[in-house]
Amino acid sequence: MAQPVQSPSVPVSRAPSKRARGEGNVGDAVFRWLTAAFAATVVVTLLAMAAEMVGASWLSIREFGAEFIVSRDWNPVTEEFGALPFIYGTVVSSLLALAISVPISFGVAIFLSEMAPDWLRNPLGFLVELLAAVPSVVYGLWGIFALAPWMRDTVEPALREHLGFLPFFQGPNQGYGMLTGGVVLAIMITPTISSVSREVLRVVPRTFREAALGLGATRWETIATAVIPVARSGLVGAVILGLGRALGETMAITMLIGNRPEIDVSLFAPAYTMASVIANEFTEATEDLYLAALAEIGLLLFLVTVLLNVLARLLVWRVQAQGGAAT
Amino acid sequence: MDLVGRPADAGRVAFEREASSSRAPSAPFAGAPNGEHAQSDADAVASRAQTSKMRTEELRAFFGRSEVIRGITLPIPEKKVTAIIGPSGCGKSTFIRCLNRMHEVVPGARSTGKVLLDGQEISRGVDPVRIRRRVGMVFQKPNPFPTMSIRDNVLAGLRLNGLRPKDPASLVESALRRVALWDEVKDGLGRSGLSLSGGQQQRLCIARTLATEPEVILMDEPCSALDPIATARVEELIHELQSSYTIVIVTHNMQQAARVSDYTAFFYMGELIEHGRTDAMFTRPRQQKTEDYITGRFG
Repeated sequence: MAQPVQSPSVPVSRAPSKRARGEGNVGDAVFRWLTAAFAATVVVTLLAMAAEMVGASWLSIREFGAEFIVSRDWNPVTEEFGALPFIYGTVVSSLLALAISVPISFGVAIFLSEMAPDWLRNPLGFLVELLAAVPSVVYGLWGIFALAPWMRDTVEPALREHLGFLPFFQGPNQGYGMLTGGVVLAIMITPTISSVSREVLRVVPRTFREAALGLGATRWETIATAVIPVARSGLVGAVILGLGRALGETMAITMLIGNRPEIDVSLFAPAYTMASVIANEFTEATEDLYLAALAEIGLLLFLVTVLLNVLARLLVWRVQAQGGAAT
Repeated sequence: MDLVGRPADAGRVAFEREASSSRAPSAPFAGAPNGEHAQSDADAVASRAQTSKMRTEELRAFFGRSEVIRGITLPIPEKKVTAIIGPSGCGKSTFIRCLNRMHEVVPGARSTGKVLLDGQEISRGVDPVRIRRRVGMVFQKPNPFPTMSIRDNVLAGLRLNGLRPKDPASLVESALRRVALWDEVKDGLGRSGLSLSGGQQQRLCIARTLATEPEVILMDEPCSALDPIATARVEELIHELQSSYTIVIVTHNMQQAARVSDYTAFFYMGELIEHGRTDAMFTRPRQQKTEDYITGRFG
C-alpha cells in the first residue's frame, strides 16, 4: 500500500493588513491603565486596612507586645487581654469543619459531575448552591433549636461512649461548644466546597476521561486516574475557599460555640472564636485599651487568614509541581 | 514483542501465513452496493476465505433523536488496516466509537443493531469495560495523562486492568520501541507526558494502547493534530502494527487512507456508500459519490 506522499498544492493567500494601527493603540493604552487602576485598588484597600487596624490596636500592641498572642487571660475588668483562646477557637473550629466537610463535599461533587443521571444533576446542583445562599443567622437559629440539642442528647453521648478514651471526647455534654460550632461550620462550607469542586471536575477535558475509558477503566478508575489528578490543584483551591469562609464566619458560630475564652482539649467544651469575640464585645468595650485589644484580635484574624491562605497556596504550587514532574 | 505474555502469539504467526497466502486480489466486503462489475463479484467470492475480526450488522447510532449512523453493515478483516473515509459529519468517528462501546459514554447517545467481535455480539449484554480492554482506541487529540510520567503513561492501561507486570522497565522499553519513541525519551522516562511534542505524545498514546495488548486498535483521526513529519511517523507505525493487530483508522485525509490501509469504506451522511480494497477503490470507484469525493469534488 505504499504510495508516494502527495501533498496538494495550497494556494498562498496574502493576509490583508488593513486594520489601522494608531487607533487600536490608544484604546489599548487606556484599557491597560484602567484595568491596572482597578487592580491597584485591591492592593491599596488591603494595605489601608492593615494600616488602619495596626493604628487602632496600637495601644494594645504597646501594652502587651508579643504577650498578647500567647496569653490566655481575657479579663476586661482588670484590663488583662490575651488572644490565645480566640486564636485556638478559630483555628480548631475551622479545621474541624474542614475535616467533616471535605470528604462529604468531594463526594457530592463527584456524584454531581460524574455519576448523577442528567435529570438529577441540575436540580441537585442548584439545591447545593442554594444552601450556600442561606444567611448564616438562619444556620445559627437552626443550630440553637435543632443541632445543639441533638448534639447534646445523641451525638456527644455516643462519641463519649465509643471514643471516650480520647481526650477530645471527654467531659460533660453541653450541646454548645467547639464540636457543635465545627459541625455548623462544616454544614455551611460544604455547599461552597462542593459547588466549586463540581465545577473543577466538570472542566476536566473529556479527552482524559476517554483516554482512561478507552483503556478499559471502570467509572471509578476513570475518576481516580484521569479526573481527580487533573483537577487536584482546583480541588485544593475549593478547600481554601471553604477554609476562608470557616475562618471568617461569625454569626452562626457565635450562636453555637458557647463563647467562653478557654482552651480545653475536649471538643464538647465551650470555646470562643476571634470573629465572635469582636462581634459580641465591641459594643460594650468602652475603655480605650479594651477597644484596642479587640482591634488587635481583628488584626490577628486578618493575619491568620492570610497565613493559612499562603500555606494553602504553597500547597497548590507543590501539588502542581508534582503533577508536572512526577516519577 | 509479546508484552504481557499471552499465549495467542503463536497462533497469530500461523494465521499470518495463512492470511497472506489467501490474500491475492480479494475483497472481504460481501454485499457491496453493486452488482455490475464482474471483477468485484469475483472479489466477493474470494473474500469468504478472509476472516472478519469484527463486523457490524445494521448498526444505527443516535444522539438524542438524530440518527448519525443509518444502518451500516461492515466486516472488518483480521490483521488488516481498514480506513474509514468521508466528509466531516458523515458519522465515521461515531461508527468506530460504537466498536468499543465508547459511543454510549456521551449523554443521550444510543445505538441499535449488532456489533460482533469474533462472532460474539458485544453491543449489549456484556460489560463495556471488558470490550474496551480487547478493542483499544487512539484518539484524535493526543491525550496522555497529564499528571503521569512517560513511564506511568505506558503502564497506565495495565495498572487499570489490574495487571502487575513482572518487569515493568523492559515492558515500557518494548512498548516505546514499537512506536519508535524509545530513543527520544529513554533518558527522561520520569518526565511528564506533556513535555513531549504533539507527535511524540500521540506515539506515547499508541504505546499506552499497545501495552495492554488489545486485539483491535481503533484510531480516530490519529494524525489530525500532527505536523506532516509526525504524521509520516505514525503512518509508518501503522504499517508495522498491521501484522499483529486489526486496525480501523478514521481519516479525512484520502492520501492517508491510500497510504496506510488495505481496505477502505466510504461513509456519507451516516450511510456506507462503498467499501472494498483500497487500491481498487481509489483507482476504480464503483459509485459516483465515491468518485466525486476521492477526486475532491466535494467534502
